Amino acid sequence: PAFGLFIFTIARDPLRIIILIAGAFFWLVSLLLSSLIWFIAVKASDPQDERLQKGLLIFGVMFSVLLQEAFRFLYYKLLRKAIEGLVALSEDGCSPISIQQMAYVAGVGFGLMSGAFSMINLLADALGPGTVGIHGDSQLYFLTSAFMTMVLIFLHTFWGILFFHGCEHRRWWEIAAVVIMHLTVSGLSFCNPLYVGSLVPSYLLMVAAAAWAYLLSGGSAQNLRRFLLCKC
Amino acid sequence: MITFMNNSDSEEEPCNERTSLMSAESPPVPSYQDSLQASEAGEAHAHRKRRAGRSRGPNNIAGGEMSGSGVPVRESALENEEEELTLKYGAKHVIMLFVPVTLCMIVVVATIKSVRFYTEKNGQLIYTPFSEDTPSVGQRLLNSVLNTIVMISVIIVMTMFLVLLYKYRCYKFIHGWLILSSLMLLFLFTYIYLGEILKTYNLAMDYPTLFIVIWNFGAVGMICIHWKGPLQLQQAYLIMISALMALVFIKYLPEWSAWVILGAISIYDLMAVLCPKGPLRMLVETAQERNEPIFPALIYSSAMMWTVGMAKPDTAARGPSQQIWDAAEDEREHLRSPSHAESQMSETRSPVPTCPITSLEELEEEERGVKLGLGDFIFYSVLVGKAAATASGDWNTTLACFVAILIGLCLTLLLLAVFKKALPALPISITFGLIFYFSTDNLVRPFMDTLASHQLYI
Repeated sequence: PAFGLFIFTIARDPLRIIILIAGAFFWLVSLLLSSLIWFIAVKASDPQDERLQKGLLIFGVMFSVLLQEAFRFLYYKLLRKAIEGLVALSEDGCSPISIQQMAYVAGVGFGLMSGAFSMINLLADALGPGTVGIHGDSQLYFLTSAFMTMVLIFLHTFWGILFFHGCEHRRWWEIAAVVIMHLTVSGLSFCNPLYVGSLVPSYLLMVAAAAWAYLLSGGSAQNLRRFLLCKC
Repeated sequence: MITFMNNSDSEEEPCNERTSLMSAESPPVPSYQDSLQASEAGEAHAHRKRRAGRSRGPNNIAGGEMSGSGVPVRESALENEEEELTLKYGAKHVIMLFVPVTLCMIVVVATIKSVRFYTEKNGQLIYTPFSEDTPSVGQRLLNSVLNTIVMISVIIVMTMFLVLLYKYRCYKFIHGWLILSSLMLLFLFTYIYLGEILKTYNLAMDYPTLFIVIWNFGAVGMICIHWKGPLQLQQAYLIMISALMALVFIKYLPEWSAWVILGAISIYDLMAVLCPKGPLRMLVETAQERNEPIFPALIYSSAMMWTVGMAKPDTAARGPSQQIWDAAEDEREHLRSPSHAESQMSETRSPVPTCPITSLEELEEEERGVKLGLGDFIFYSVLVGKAAATASGDWNTTLACFVAILIGLCLTLLLLAVFKKALPALPISITFGLIFYFSTDNLVRPFMDTLASHQLYI
């Protein structure tokens, strides 16, 4: 579905593709930094201690979430500057792309990259021989991974919209809500393989975020719909 | 190099160069009879092709893609309008370059992942004489540095030679060289490639069919690249050629040498294009003075070039392949902004002095576009291909390098729009790519693996 989003809404406009790739790049950099921190922590600690490793992992995950949100903020700053530049360049004084569209594309960029990194090795292994869950793990591993990845991609998209909107209107509570939601979703994934605990709340959160983002887009929702329908 | 191309005729040139490089490449493969014989020629060809490839790269793709975007861009009238249009269509140009680069990388990665031939070590090129099978780390590092020095000096010599030829108007010579290169590339490498693909998928094909297929492919390719042809076909051919060259490099460059060479090439690129005495810069300036487009065979142009008159004079003699190498080098480095309306030549690296007269005619009909040297294409693909071949993190690393290279290309194009002169396309992208490759492979991979095994999500 995320790929469909990409094809239908982003692939037409070159500017959006650039923003998308740049968004993916920012996510990548945040992942890089967070894994650097985790790596250092792991190397500095005792590899035999299971609980410590688990704790470090949790710490790594949380830190990574915070870093991702920080990079989303940086990306927002960059896009603001870019919009000013585009407005100056364009002939009729208004930007060819609005901040909301940018928010959407940035969210998709983040989501696609995160989803790709989560899934692609899994998919490559899935092509090979093997049995799922042979060591007593859940047999639904692939299915749940796929669903979890999808929900995460969508969530990133909505969070992008919410986040940028919060930054635009200086509503700090919106930004805080996004961060808390992200932390919650990641934390819920700790319940795996008790899938009920992680998938269901994640989907609920996603629906809530979707509704919120839709409302925030407000009048532009019709624009989006018109845009999608009339897209040739 | 990336240059704004108003003339996209230079497509043809790189072929010659490329073919020269091809001959150089063949020797290391003992299992192929033809390559053994052609090895001598191959070496030279390979060099040439490399160079040709560089400059050509962007041009090929341009053909197909520019047709759509080329039209509105014609800006010969006002400087201001040109500038605005340049920037306004900047995003479109970026995408026009994104697509061919992406296509080339996809072809290379797909081939690397499926055909085992290109990841087996079957020997080394004559340009990298030092082996990396040494017992100690220090020795290995030393060998790779020495390999790099040899390779870079070969490139420098070739480039200087090509620039000299261009300066002294030895057009026929260069032309012949380029044609020879492209011949080698189109026929020999395609034959090897096709053979490997058929082996991998266990398909049977008899020799007559193979002969017909390769003959058609090669003949159409030669015509398309060196003469006139549909823009998209030209672009497709240039992409194919770049991918083939990149595959050859991936196969024949030893591990550490490849990375050091990539780094050294981008530094060299930076210097050769920006230093006032740099060979590529001299090439671009000479071409500009003479109002000639750079050899089409070495550059990928994203714009539609009405190179009707640009057909190059016949390549008279088969020049030595060494020179092409240099030409490609030059090609690579030129990034020109479209603001040079008059000297529309795509300074893309190909020293194309062959058709001075026709180029003037073509100036009228040029569309705007951006030109990227084929060498750039080749090296981007080499980086991504090596990441796909040797990284243990598999797809994550490949994806990370891919995004890094695209972002580097974006930034370079942005700089091009700001500076409006030929710029090197390699340094930024390759730097990003290298950083991301090494960091993803060593840092991100363990992190992601651990996360995936616990099924945690960040």
